[in-house]
Amino acid sequence: MIDQRTPLLEVKDLEVTFRTQRGEVRALNGVNFTIEHGETVAIVGESGSGKSTTAAAIINLLPGTGKISAGQVLFEGRDLAQASRTDLEDVRGKEIGFVPQDPMSNLNPVWSVGFQVEETIRANGVATSAREVKKKAVEVLKQAGLDDADKRMRQFPHQFSGGMRQRVLIGIGLSGDPKLLIADEPTSALDVTVQRRILDHLDTLTGDAGTAVLFITHDLGLAAERAEKLIVMYKGDIVEAGPSIEVLQNPLHPYTQRLIAAAPSLASRRIQASDKKLGELSHADQSLGDSVDLISAAEERAEHLASTPRESVIEIRDLTKVFKIRTGGFRSVDFTAVDKVSLEIPKGTTTALVGESGSGKSTVAKLLLGLEKATSGSISVKGRDITTLSGRELFGLRRTMQPVFQDPYGTLDPLVNIGNTIAEPLKIHKVGDRDSRRARVTELLEQVALPTALADRYPNELSGGQRQRVAVARALALKPEIIVLDEAVSALDVLVQAQILQLLAELQSELGLTYLFITHDLAVVRVIADNVAVMQKGRIVEQASTDEVFQSPQQQYTRDLLEAIPGAGIKLGV
Amino acid sequence: MVFYVIRRILQAIPVLIGTTFLIYFLVFAMPGDPVAALFGDKQPNAELLKALREQYHLNEPFIVQYLYYLRDVVTGNFGTSFSGQSVNAVLADTIPVTARLALMAVIIEMIVGVAIGLVAGLRKGKLFDLSSLVVSLLFLSVPIFVIAFIGQFGLGFKLGLFPTTVGADASIPRLLLPAIVLAASLVAVNIRLTRGSVIETLGNDFVRTAFSKGLSRGRVIRVHVLRNSLIPVTTQLGADFGILLVGATVTEGIFNVPGVGQTLYQAIIRGERPTVVSFVTVMVLFYLVVNIVIDLVYAVLDPRIRYVK
Repeated sequence: MIDQRTPLLEVKDLEVTFRTQRGEVRALNGVNFTIEHGETVAIVGESGSGKSTTAAAIINLLPGTGKISAGQVLFEGRDLAQASRTDLEDVRGKEIGFVPQDPMSNLNPVWSVGFQVEETIRANGVATSAREVKKKAVEVLKQAGLDDADKRMRQFPHQFSGGMRQRVLIGIGLSGDPKLLIADEPTSALDVTVQRRILDHLDTLTGDAGTAVLFITHDLGLAAERAEKLIVMYKGDIVEAGPSIEVLQNPLHPYTQRLIAAAPSLASRRIQASDKKLGELSHADQSLGDSVDLISAAEERAEHLASTPRESVIEIRDLTKVFKIRTGGFRSVDFTAVDKVSLEIPKGTTTALVGESGSGKSTVAKLLLGLEKATSGSISVKGRDITTLSGRELFGLRRTMQPVFQDPYGTLDPLVNIGNTIAEPLKIHKVGDRDSRRARVTELLEQVALPTALADRYPNELSGGQRQRVAVARALALKPEIIVLDEAVSALDVLVQAQILQLLAELQSELGLTYLFITHDLAVVRVIADNVAVMQKGRIVEQASTDEVFQSPQQQYTRDLLEAIPGAGIKLGV
Repeated sequence: MVFYVIRRILQAIPVLIGTTFLIYFLVFAMPGDPVAALFGDKQPNAELLKALREQYHLNEPFIVQYLYYLRDVVTGNFGTSFSGQSVNAVLADTIPVTARLALMAVIIEMIVGVAIGLVAGLRKGKLFDLSSLVVSLLFLSVPIFVIAFIGQFGLGFKLGLFPTTVGADASIPRLLLPAIVLAASLVAVNIRLTRGSVIETLGNDFVRTAFSKGLSRGRVIRVHVLRNSLIPVTTQLGADFGILLVGATVTEGIFNVPGVGQTLYQAIIRGERPTVVSFVTVMVLFYLVVNIVIDLVYAVLDPRIRYVK
């Protein structure tokens, strides 16, 4: 009935507008692309580029006041933009499957996982009798990688881990045997190793069934590795499209070039402070472009660090933390989150602590900051053991050691303006008077490259990147020597991430800061760290300089982590 | 689940002890001599007064009296009223009437409140939503006795739809009008709560996912929106029961319902201490039991609570 030469999906001049209090805001300005049967296409862009809006518009599930204001969404020749509600209900699930972004919020917490899969199967007419539906549900979940599906069907979403829930959502997306699967950032919330397993699995499933896949992602590496065709979006427009490798190696549009340059990958080298770089390199070198500068500067830095022996500012010895986990009633079991960890951090350098979630890396950060009490072992900061400090001494210690946390939305009080947020540590530690604090806030805002007028604004008026700069400024307020960065750039878009990493590198060379950088993202480690410690299940399994770890990883676990970085093997052109 | 139930019951014990102590203390602190009050205008001889005081432990210190009282509560013996009736018998007559009235009111409130709240939430900002807001505000600001009189006069007397008073025969049809009046005083809160809860649930990612699975609009609303929205509404129900018991005293007075409220009111006026203490104790017990039941319903609706250890 359907001519195989008509594309599976053809999006024509698609426009989407949102009604706001300040009038209509257009989120998509006439987007055009096609997806053929069985083809894998990826849409890449930063947040706000319109990539998720495009995905939602295809199945007509735009959030809030969003409306398709012009254009067509032709699915096998039928225009979904004009389709009736019941027609759309027929297409959703059965013809077009959808895998949403956040596994934590996309399953209804009050229904069992089995129920939520079964209702999808029933709604799409895949099976009708209760037994058939159940059989199909188990099959779908097993395919999605839940091996003990028949046992876990009656369990509720909160009893599953994030990775398991994402598998359930993939299972739901594929349970109607759709011709097209839209996967909106399907693995952004997951660890790299889990991400790899899930994407591999998705590849096999859709490959076997000949399902076309539309990936929405901000991760260029992932897009290049998984998709045949790449679409780059920027502010509601498609700025570039074509075969993935071609786009990545010969990007034509300046935005794509910036995006690729900003993406930390295995090929990149450590970021250098730009002033230092300018001072140390000749004019001839500079004209060759950024990448050359970075590599030579990184080598110089590595040599410099190797030649001058540095004292350790932080020394962690046999650090252990045991949590008691209640198992019901009054019983509890011990869980060793951090197991005999030893780590030295030389002054003025960056040490990255890497591992999957649950590996204990954030617990190490909390112990170091004195936010948790160690079960045994010692942490010495500048020669003093901090595990035995009293409250008052710990208060003093905080002047030399400050944290920056992951979520720039959660770590700033929405009711306190930026100036007061940055000045708060000064106030608590009784540094200076009103005027000198104000002056320091201005100085700090300049240091993190934010306009000083921002001091009177509130967090909700700032973008994610600006907020994280504020968090960095707050950490710098007391002129600390050590900054603990717990996933400080994980929540940011690549371009913003690159800016913050650059800022951190500059501040380090300017102020001689020592960083403990906690992350699950090895690509970021490559560009920011001098030394790397890899954690697995509470232990440090590998510890060496960044170059050594990346060039000759000693442990299988480290190799797994490195291989799991999307697009690791693809060379990017700028 | 068993742990959950046991914990809820254990938590109720200190509440029961605290409230009964408070009740007992307040009644103890009431002015006047209860024994003298027994005789009204007559002057009994001192011998008899002393004997009665000893019989009722009134010569003992407060705390001892309280312990005697606790013993009686635990053994289920609430003593006799001034008129010589067993308080247990009075309770047995009145509690079923008030319980029936409160239950009817809650059922009406739930059905009307959830239905209007759901539609208002789904049509946020539209005409239905706005008019439901106006009507709720109206019912919220008018005191219950005004609603009662209007109902009695309009629906009962003018239109003749309901009997104007209940009287001795407190059957379900006769209790309908007072139940509607009680429900009307509470339904506004229920509507606003359901509406807010529905709007919040609609914004959840899993609702969009439910649509993306190809479910029909009706099924998404029934299965994924309504059930989740009912969780906060159910919690409110527990507090409503308390308001209902108080509201019942007024409503029972107006409609002449032979329930707890009426009897308690009479007992307070006449200064019948044993009856007041017993009735309030039973009402507190009733309230605690209702709230434990609601916590269990809550656990049924929300598995995250069920599995908390």
